[in-house]
Amino acid sequence: MGILEVKGVGKRFGGLQALGDVNLSVAENSCHAIIGPNGAGKSTLLNCLIGKLIPDTGSVTFEGQSVLGRSPHEINQMGISRVFQTPEIFADLSVLENMLIPCFAKRDGSFELNAISAVRNQKDVQDKAMHMLEDMNLADKRHMHAASMSRGDKRRLEIAMCLAQEPRLLLLDEPTAGMARADTNNTIDLLKQIKEERDITIAIIEHDMHVVFSLADRITVLAQGTPLVEDTPDKIKGHPKVREAYLGESAD
Amino acid sequence: MFGLEKKDLRLLMFVAGLTLLAPFLLNPFPEGSAMAQFNAGYPDLMQRFVIFGIFAIGFNILFGLTGYLSFGHAAFLGVGSYSAMWMFKLFGMNVIPALGLAIAMSGLFAIVIGYVSLRRSGIYFSILTLAFAMMSYALAYSVLATDMDGPDKQGLLQKGLTGGETGLQLTLQDPRILGAQTTESGNIPVPSLFGVEMRSATELNLGDWVFTFSAGYYFSGVIMLLAFYLSIRIFRSPFGMMLRAVKSNQQRLTYTGLNPKPYTLAAFVISGMYAGLAGGLMAAMDPLAGPERMFWTASGEVVLMTILGGAGTLIGPVLGAGAIKYMENILSKINSDILHTWFAFLPDGLENLIVGMIYPFIGKGWHLTLGIIFMLVVIFLPGGLVEGSQRIGRMFKRKQADDDKPTATTEPAE
Amino acid sequence: MEAIILQILNGLDKGSAYALIALGLTLIFGTLGVVNFAHGALFMMGAFCAVTFSNLLTLSYQSPEPTGTDFLGNPSYDDLFYVQQWFGEAAGAWMMDWAVPLSILFAIPVMISIGVIMERGLIKHFYKRPHADQILVTFGLAIVLQEVIKYYYGANPIPTPAPEVFRGSFDFGAALGFDPNVIIYPYWRLVYFGFAAIIIAAVFAFLQFTTFGMVVRAGMADRETVGLLGINIDRRFTIMFGIAAAVAGLAGVMYTPINSPNYHMGMDFLVLSFVVVVVGGMGSLPGAVLAGFLLGILESLASMSAVIDLIPGINQVIIYLVAIIILLTRPRGLMGRKGVMEE
Repeated sequence: MGILEVKGVGKRFGGLQALGDVNLSVAENSCHAIIGPNGAGKSTLLNCLIGKLIPDTGSVTFEGQSVLGRSPHEINQMGISRVFQTPEIFADLSVLENMLIPCFAKRDGSFELNAISAVRNQKDVQDKAMHMLEDMNLADKRHMHAASMSRGDKRRLEIAMCLAQEPRLLLLDEPTAGMARADTNNTIDLLKQIKEERDITIAIIEHDMHVVFSLADRITVLAQGTPLVEDTPDKIKGHPKVREAYLGESAD
Repeated sequence: MFGLEKKDLRLLMFVAGLTLLAPFLLNPFPEGSAMAQFNAGYPDLMQRFVIFGIFAIGFNILFGLTGYLSFGHAAFLGVGSYSAMWMFKLFGMNVIPALGLAIAMSGLFAIVIGYVSLRRSGIYFSILTLAFAMMSYALAYSVLATDMDGPDKQGLLQKGLTGGETGLQLTLQDPRILGAQTTESGNIPVPSLFGVEMRSATELNLGDWVFTFSAGYYFSGVIMLLAFYLSIRIFRSPFGMMLRAVKSNQQRLTYTGLNPKPYTLAAFVISGMYAGLAGGLMAAMDPLAGPERMFWTASGEVVLMTILGGAGTLIGPVLGAGAIKYMENILSKINSDILHTWFAFLPDGLENLIVGMIYPFIGKGWHLTLGIIFMLVVIFLPGGLVEGSQRIGRMFKRKQADDDKPTATTEPAE
Repeated sequence: MEAIILQILNGLDKGSAYALIALGLTLIFGTLGVVNFAHGALFMMGAFCAVTFSNLLTLSYQSPEPTGTDFLGNPSYDDLFYVQQWFGEAAGAWMMDWAVPLSILFAIPVMISIGVIMERGLIKHFYKRPHADQILVTFGLAIVLQEVIKYYYGANPIPTPAPEVFRGSFDFGAALGFDPNVIIYPYWRLVYFGFAAIIIAAVFAFLQFTTFGMVVRAGMADRETVGLLGINIDRRFTIMFGIAAAVAGLAGVMYTPINSPNYHMGMDFLVLSFVVVVVGGMGSLPGAVLAGFLLGILESLASMSAVIDLIPGINQVIIYLVAIIILLTRPRGLMGRKGVMEE
């Protein structure tokens, strides 16, 4: 029994079958990658997992509880965090404030009318945020405007914000899309480090095979809305069906 | 002190100083001098400064922090005024319960209107709030102004809940069960704070200068300081930070496990209560409440004040309210005769030319000046007057730094 | 029955004005993505084009009358109108009488230029700014425009009559077989409705059947792609803004005999027109027209005495009430697309 169980999930958009009967089990503390060509339904699947879309059929359970019908913030409070393709951070706030918000969300839940006491007097949250920033080598940038950071730093900050909530499942949507090689490698190292140091399950959707093969324990290949194969990276590399459907061009 | 950081404390002290010394600061010109018309230190206007200051401070908590642009905040101002008036009519002339009811009623209204309007965002939110405010205006103007008196004909509801076009007024027949129905001389009593009448004032004559200290002004001033202090606390609190996060990126906020709805609703209700407080104070200073207080132009005015001063800054709305009220009351009084006396030293042709050039922008044309300044601020100074003064401040600092350069070259760049 | 027909007719002229303003608002919003709070001011400027043009037509000079003296014994003067001097007595009198319809010729170039100047000079710089900023700057512009008009024309309404032939009323009741004198409808309102219908049809035809319109419609649907095709969409959008301004202006010109123009008429109409746009569906042209007429007629029906007796004051709040209900139950309006302006 995996931490995340997807059973028979299907989703139609008008006449288009975006997902048809997807079954997926993500084992606890593993790194599970979902790959597939454009239009294979990767993003639709991800959106079904985080409450942005509700599938027409099937069930999605996280730690035995259904996530369907819950709003995104509730799903997040269950322990699922998401990293977006383009870093989604609070661009108008300082780096430290960006870090403080998930720390408050972790401590106080989804809403708390804490309107009188000053932010800087909440020592526990402040310490935790600073600690996270130090961990991520962002501490010296804490007073910077988040919007003025480099793309790589924004990605780091976003991942740090997700980790600050101590999620049990981290979903990453093409975390290295549009990044330079050096930044991509940094991100890979960061994710490897997270995988080793923390008690966390990672599910990653990725285009870049280099990223997938350096991180994943298991890979699911999605094509035309259905899982084609699911196996370990080594087996996937040599799988004829996968070569045909997905790696075809690059293999020749 | 007061749980504030040094910088904020200094700001609070600055505003407190301005408020307490306003009767002096706003009356810099001796009575009877040519410049006396620029004196703004009379109670009526000073009260308006602080009351609209409260209104704008509250509006800023919603618009400045969350970015939700409400075009219907005047509805709460009106609700506050009517509530306070009913408190005066039914229970007595003490202003504290009147303000209490004003805040409570506007809070209730804000919960209902906010709950509905906040289901949409962007321009739809603006239109919804506008529609609600215009509906309130129409209700106050006609529907709620019909005769609702029961068979016992006390006359209390003869003109409905709102009094319609003429507004809600005090009468000698009002019950005022906890206070005197009439004064000893048989007049309608005036609003007071435990016996201190709001309109009582003492004058201080210093040479040619006359300074007026009014109880009503100082009462409103103290309340504005409290309101300002509270807004500083809100700005610096986790709640305030979340509101700025709502403005910055709602998607990330949701995926950080936070529900933006209750945060924005709370901000809406708080700012509605500020507006209600301002409306109640208006009724306390001048016991009359009319529907025009809810008209959409009144909502537009608070938007102008907040933007002009600097949305999202602490002191901006207070400055904006002061600037607009000063223009409305002082600039509008200058007529062409006054202009001619000012420029009388010039040769006739030039005098007429200059007066002709200035005239459209003052007197009755002050709205034109306001519109132009407002546009310039939105285009070039999105941070309002506050950003403007900061830029000027930085310019001077840079200049100083340039002058100091030879000695400071060994310092690291940061 | 008669009363209902009369109210529907009464609703038509207000509905026409709403529809025309909302049409322009939607054109600007759909093509440029800008929320124009100054659109009501354009309507008002149109009305004052009519006022200005009538004033121009009635310019006169005084010439001494050789025979007459006034009661003090001074020589008396005759007002001689320039138009009568230039075009002959009868033609001049006709032109003065027909000042309002003739103003259309004057208003079209003026309004298009105002629109183009507005777009190039101000709106252009706000495409990338948030909608709140667009609302604020155009709101400021609306204040400035109406104050300028107030400065030159004063605060009082200026009566601007329709041509003599349209001043009477048409007995609809008699024509439809009801009792005479029950459904009477001023001719000019009929003219206004017809005029609005022509303008609306012309705008739709223009968008539907010309290449220019096709590109603009494509741009409304997907601006970036059209830009990629190498079509200079910006210039077309500028022209579109001019056309939208002209539509609002013409609505204002022809409205002057119905309500004497004053400087704040634009703001009064703007608030309601925005409600109309939102009810019709942001970015939908047919929606704007439909909602304009619907709300105009609804407002008029709600002011029937039978309805008011039932629900007091309903005529004052009906439009807002409908808008709130529609926005909450059908967020995209009657005919709008999903997700427009939702951020």
